[in-house]
Amino acid sequence: MGEANFFIQALVYLTAAIVMVPIAHKLGLGSVLGYLLAGIGIGPAVLGLVGAEGQSLMHFAEFGVVMMLFVIGLELELNLLWKLKVWLLGLGGLQVVLTSILFAVLAFLFRIEMKPALAIGMILSLSSTAIVLQTLKEKGLMKSLSGQASFSVLLFQDMAVIPMLAIFPLLTTASITNESDHHSSFIQQYPAYIQTLIVLSAIIAIIILGKFVLSPLFRVFASTGLREVFTGASLLLVIGISLLMGAIGLSAALGTFLAGVVLASSEFRHELESDIEPFKGLLLGLFFLSVGASMNVNIVFQNPIKMALIVCLIVFGKALVLFLLGIVFKLPLDQNLYFALGLSQVGEFSFVLFSFSEQNGILAHDLVSLLVAAVALSMALTPIFLLLYEKGVKRYLDDNASQKKESDKIENEENPIIIAGFGKFGNMIGRFLRVNGIQITVLDYDADRVAMLRRFDFKVYFGDATRSELLLGAGAEKAKLIIAALDSMEKQKELIQVVKHHFPHLKILARAGDREEAYDLKALGADLVYRETRETAIELGIDALRNLGFRNYQARRAAFTFLKHDTDSFEELYKHRNDRKTYISLAKQRNAELERLMRVDIGESEEGSDIGWSRMER
Amino acid sequence: MRKILHILVHPSYEKSRANRVLMDHLPTSSYLTSRDLYELYPTFAIDHKQEQEQLLDCDVLMIQHPLYWYSSPPLFKQWMDSVLEHGWAYGEGGTALQGKTWVQVLTTGGDQKAYSEEGFHKHLLSDFLLPFQRTAELCHMQYLSPFVLQGTFKRNDLQLEEEGKRFTNFVECLLSEEKHG
Repeated sequence: MGEANFFIQALVYLTAAIVMVPIAHKLGLGSVLGYLLAGIGIGPAVLGLVGAEGQSLMHFAEFGVVMMLFVIGLELELNLLWKLKVWLLGLGGLQVVLTSILFAVLAFLFRIEMKPALAIGMILSLSSTAIVLQTLKEKGLMKSLSGQASFSVLLFQDMAVIPMLAIFPLLTTASITNESDHHSSFIQQYPAYIQTLIVLSAIIAIIILGKFVLSPLFRVFASTGLREVFTGASLLLVIGISLLMGAIGLSAALGTFLAGVVLASSEFRHELESDIEPFKGLLLGLFFLSVGASMNVNIVFQNPIKMALIVCLIVFGKALVLFLLGIVFKLPLDQNLYFALGLSQVGEFSFVLFSFSEQNGILAHDLVSLLVAAVALSMALTPIFLLLYEKGVKRYLDDNASQKKESDKIENEENPIIIAGFGKFGNMIGRFLRVNGIQITVLDYDADRVAMLRRFDFKVYFGDATRSELLLGAGAEKAKLIIAALDSMEKQKELIQVVKHHFPHLKILARAGDREEAYDLKALGADLVYRETRETAIELGIDALRNLGFRNYQARRAAFTFLKHDTDSFEELYKHRNDRKTYISLAKQRNAELERLMRVDIGESEEGSDIGWSRMER
Repeated sequence: MRKILHILVHPSYEKSRANRVLMDHLPTSSYLTSRDLYELYPTFAIDHKQEQEQLLDCDVLMIQHPLYWYSSPPLFKQWMDSVLEHGWAYGEGGTALQGKTWVQVLTTGGDQKAYSEEGFHKHLLSDFLLPFQRTAELCHMQYLSPFVLQGTFKRNDLQLEEEGKRFTNFVECLLSEEKHG
């Protein structure tokens, strides 16, 4: 094992990762699956570039998990926990407990012993935070009911990992204890009550240290102004706590999680987070890679039917529990389906727990390989499910008017303007129109916001504005204008398509982010497109000019000229947006033109416009 | 002492030598308030309530502007249209400005000769200012003949400086006059 060997390994791992992860990401599979596939690719099953050392690498990479828990601890906001308490404890708690029991019983029925069966149950109850949160964010559904429900459940699962890690050693089957002897710690020589005492005092020590020693210490490091010192200290903290916890036989993850929670309230929270984040990301990536590399892929191909059955059992079992809980917690049907399908996969944390239980002799290697493969497949199924749901089930639900319980009943509105999306942008428009005596109908997908706005006597209706059914109820047939101001670009596009298709008479005024988005929306058929930050930026520019001594009137005129030119060139450049070369040269040309125009306007020649008069009057 | 409200109305003040000299020679006094209309209302959305309050607070309204097309720049016309309201400045009950003084400070490119019956413009300057005079009269104000700085195209710096001093004198005289009963 020379230095060269290390670099060759690094080369193999990094290459595999940077090839596969973007591909998986593009396919909507998420980066975790990308790492796994990359691992399988370089592992013995396919290319065989890495062999047995994958296993030892995994131990090293597990440190990424410890860091992840530290970051989770840092990110925990007590206010948020309190706000979500009902869903968090109710929905999240019940989900973890019920799913664990379901799978433990199933495993037991498949003649697995009770303790391992319990371990399997707990592991399979977890879902993938990474995959689900990313999907929700991309679709702009974080604030929807299904988004909030999913978030609560995931948060509870993240926290549930801590007690799971603590319980797992108890599940060890007696026969393998000798093997894990070297894992045992020095406190095992003491009687049980002293062990408990030591553990408790260690936890209290971490809390006190975190509160009263670490913050001042970090303040000192921060005041040196040397970034690497701070980064070093952050790493040292995580490593130190891991070693301490290892020494007293507790899980390192639990210790760092605690330290994270304690430090979450300090002013260094974001600094610590951003320092640890890259290490965490790399090590976790490495961890997933090594899980892939050490996976026994043959198991899948040896018995594909058995494999398919296991995957189906897991996915539909999870979805069923989630769906039933969704009914109990009164999620509307379409939201509930999304929620249940979205969380139906098993999460990345299962890999950690699988390898943990393999080391501790709870589960056999072959069983772990089988289940890891099943978990990976369940992850890959999620985006496919969601796609099917959106194309098929949701359409059906939409068209089936009798079942639209989830959105508000709208009693034949006849307002001339419909505003879709009442965030910061829509809100401003709404207020402006309202003070001008224009009646508006507002559609929004954020339950909290809808409730709040109703108190301000806005006619706001909860629901997904991209559903033609809802638009119809909102009076789209009689309205004159629709203002598309949804937060997510994807939803905006969908909305414009739906309006163009079902209500072609409606004039569409759409909000866009940047130029590219504006082109896209215009191409889809939006009549008027607005780049949301354009006017604000120019307003700021006006004040910047005035601060440099420009007169207000002059600065306004410059802004006016600029905006007019910008609007004109937008129309012109729009025609050439697909021809990159012409586009760029045209854009440059127009820009030069504008600069010339501005110079004339500012007036390089003094009293230039009066020249005609002075000649005549002479 | 009388209170003067000085209003500058010039869309391209930064390019005007003559008006800058005049502004530089405006005396500083707690009895003199100076307002730049194009700076305050670049979008022509005049706050007429605020303008009226300013007017009520002064004894002399002094409007400084260049002569454009025999009149003031457009913002001052807009100002007159929105500030001098019926029932406030003129018409029934419109006595808010009664007894105050109206005086203009004008810059013209052409000289005195150009503004004569034989000159280029074929009329006296006071002929062109008739609308302003009538406006002041309708608002029950006393119309003073304007301070004029003419022939700005051919004045050199030294001459402009002289004109500036003349302007300072003019304003100080206005300030020091006693209020009419």
